[in-house]
Amino acid sequence: MAEEPESSLRDLPTAETFRQPPEVLKKPPLPLVAIAAVIGAAVILPLVYLLIRATESGPHFLNILFRPSTLLVLWNSILLTVLVTISASIIGLLLAWLTVRTDLPGRSFWAVATCLPLVLPSYVGAFALIGAIGPRGMLQTLLAPLGVEQLPSLYGLPGAWLALTLFSFPYVSLSVRAGLRGLDPSLEEAARSLGRSPRQIFREITWPHIKPSIQAGGLLVALYTLSDFGAVSMLQYNSFTRAIFVQYRTSIDRSGPAVLALMLVVLTLAILWIEYRSRGSAKLYRAGVGASRPSARVRLGWKKIPALIFCSTVLILGMILPISVIIFWLWQGWSAGESLWRGWGMVWNSAQASLWAAGVTVLAALPVAWLAVRYPSRRARVIERAAYAGHALPSIMIALALVFWAARYAPVLYQSFVLLIFAYMCRFLPEALGSIRTSLQQLSPRYEEAARNLGHHPASVWRTITIPLLRPGILTGFALVFMTTMKELPVTLLLSPTGFDTLATRIWSATEDALFPQAAAPALVLVALSAIFIGVILRQEEEDVYE
Amino acid sequence: MTGCAIKARKLCKRFGDVRATCGVSLDLAPAKFLALLGASGCGKTTVLRMLAGFIDPDGGEIEIGGNLVFSDKVHVPPEKRRIGMVFQEYALFPHMSVRENIGYGISDDKGKTHRIDEMLELVGLQHFGNRMPHELSGGQQQRVALARALAPGPAAILLDEPFSNLDAALRVRVRSDVRDILRHAGVTAIFVTHDQEEALSISDEVAVMMNGRIVQTGAPHDIYRSPVSREVATFIGDANLISGQACGRKIHCEVGELISEQAYFGTVDVMIRPEDITLSTFGDGAATVEDIQFFGHDQLITVRMASGATLRSRLLGAPGAYQPGQKVSLRVNSPAVIYPAA
Repeated sequence: MAEEPESSLRDLPTAETFRQPPEVLKKPPLPLVAIAAVIGAAVILPLVYLLIRATESGPHFLNILFRPSTLLVLWNSILLTVLVTISASIIGLLLAWLTVRTDLPGRSFWAVATCLPLVLPSYVGAFALIGAIGPRGMLQTLLAPLGVEQLPSLYGLPGAWLALTLFSFPYVSLSVRAGLRGLDPSLEEAARSLGRSPRQIFREITWPHIKPSIQAGGLLVALYTLSDFGAVSMLQYNSFTRAIFVQYRTSIDRSGPAVLALMLVVLTLAILWIEYRSRGSAKLYRAGVGASRPSARVRLGWKKIPALIFCSTVLILGMILPISVIIFWLWQGWSAGESLWRGWGMVWNSAQASLWAAGVTVLAALPVAWLAVRYPSRRARVIERAAYAGHALPSIMIALALVFWAARYAPVLYQSFVLLIFAYMCRFLPEALGSIRTSLQQLSPRYEEAARNLGHHPASVWRTITIPLLRPGILTGFALVFMTTMKELPVTLLLSPTGFDTLATRIWSATEDALFPQAAAPALVLVALSAIFIGVILRQEEEDVYE
Repeated sequence: MTGCAIKARKLCKRFGDVRATCGVSLDLAPAKFLALLGASGCGKTTVLRMLAGFIDPDGGEIEIGGNLVFSDKVHVPPEKRRIGMVFQEYALFPHMSVRENIGYGISDDKGKTHRIDEMLELVGLQHFGNRMPHELSGGQQQRVALARALAPGPAAILLDEPFSNLDAALRVRVRSDVRDILRHAGVTAIFVTHDQEEALSISDEVAVMMNGRIVQTGAPHDIYRSPVSREVATFIGDANLISGQACGRKIHCEVGELISEQAYFGTVDVMIRPEDITLSTFGDGAATVEDIQFFGHDQLITVRMASGATLRSRLLGAPGAYQPGQKVSLRVNSPAVIYPAA
């Protein structure tokens, strides 16, 4: 009947009320939320202790807070963090782009070599810098015959800025490398075909796509800077961690360091908030046609020369120079006839602790990243932010908090291996989370849907599809946690079981006693072990299907 | 198998305040190929994802292969629905070879190799089993996706805009290939498309979706010949709409007196397909040629009536018979379709 459809169409809603369905349609499975929530809650346990300790002091709290010296420490920390984050991001971005997207000679070599500074503990690196270009260092000794009486002082801001930049930029380059590899090349080709110049393409296409990875890396650098203890102590820059440590060592009053640490937590939360606000809501997984294929490489031409000079300078300052200084000490000790090696026990201890920490941390990061990316909600955001709490606390405070907690509630765990690994996990979860989150964002949910559709149970989909496709992100996260655990000092010092001597604690105690030749041997082993590890991972990355 | 391969009853889905689909019902007999046709944003992909189990409807029922998979009380997860899906972007697993992709959904380990070979042969990719997905062309990837979906022997398969990622020349070939493969496999299939030509040319049945509802279901020629509304008429193919007066089955309008299949009294809109209008240089010369578009195998001629209304006529044959400005007469060669005037 001609009039029938007319009437049935009349009560239809207007076209404007319809929209494309949003990407997230289902509620997250309850076990996932539960696991992620437990991880988030466990990680903020040290923060809870910190709040208890700081508030125990009552009105004294405000006195400490508004002391001029406290405000100066706050200013120092902010200034250092901003400067280091900017310089490390620029260096990291350039290196990642050069090694992934150009025909730079020796790309794989530079990719591996420029990550090496990550294996240098900041305290060793800082001391090497002092020995090389500090007052009465190697450089000044060389220049003295030319009439140079005094070099600009390395101590304070310039030294801390330089040292922290040199030892933290690989966070950005590793993260951006992962991001660049996930970028669909047809987007750039499309822009090129629309008449954009390479410079415009970078600004309009590449930049928005790698911005999440730059932010993830930059966030790590900022948090690293805020929480670093070794370099600022050595280079005498009075930021929070140094002030906290000095106060903790010199005063019986525990509320002083507790208040300072709380301020550091607030500052870190502010950084997390700024990063979160600028992250945006764009969906960045591959939306294109068909399967992945690699990008064409940019021909550098004559620009290879400055590019190589840049890479070399970074490598020399960040790696070759510190290593040379270490070898110099080793040679000094050896020629003086000292016994330099204390056996393989500490190597095994370091490797064991780092492997466990990396494995546990990656396992903890997966459900949190999964929840945050696939089921974004207010609840998921709260859990994810909680999981970042590890970086909001300086290592020394995490260690103290857990010592206190274990002493009161779980004496069995006090100075146990389990608690040590747990502390590492609290501390380094954000590193694994950053890289896994980035990979997950670029993994289209269609793969998982296709697998479900082909009769596979969610657990099986995880095993056969999600985990293999997330491998680059998981490996990067594992490598980052492994290496930072090896270098980690305050947590290891305070929480490791009695007699559990690691490379890091050995280097520290020898450096503290000014026995530099004694520190040199474990330092070299530490560097070599981590270098082998990162090499293996980058090799695997090269063999990956996306390459 | 008897009864329906896919049956959906009153599926509804809201996203917040947005109603995506509303009271969608479908019945599809085994081994039939249904096109779910609609403009983008009409909710057709939502229907497909509800059938596959990726979206839970707010209400309604779904039966696949005679088994209830969704209702108020029943909720079968996607992996147990026995329904295959070919994704718009194919979603071939990039870390697996073609063989591994096809074998992914086959649970029987013993017959796996044989089944993969069978599927490769079915889609004509016998020599590509060890390639990786990125080493294949778009058309080949499409076939692998189809083979992968068919391999577990699903009760039905769903295809989400399966041809939109292919270039035009390839598309025509691939879509008839796909239909042949599906026919050969004897499988029930639903495919979503916004391309009416695609829907009409390869499907057994077409369901037209508008604003979250199915407004008409039928064989392709029925939908084309007797669209239920003006909207459907203009969405499916080209349509001339002119005003007329109905008196029973007789319709008076500017092109003369037409016969309608339905009886009605009062003012109506008359729908005439351009290919049903023929022109002639003899007769009353009531219309003037305005524009001629030549397509090779046919041409589209726009004429203006005395009232100012324009009509399009699609004629086979060589150009040159008509010139712009020429007076022509019209003749309508088919029964008129009428809609009561709004």
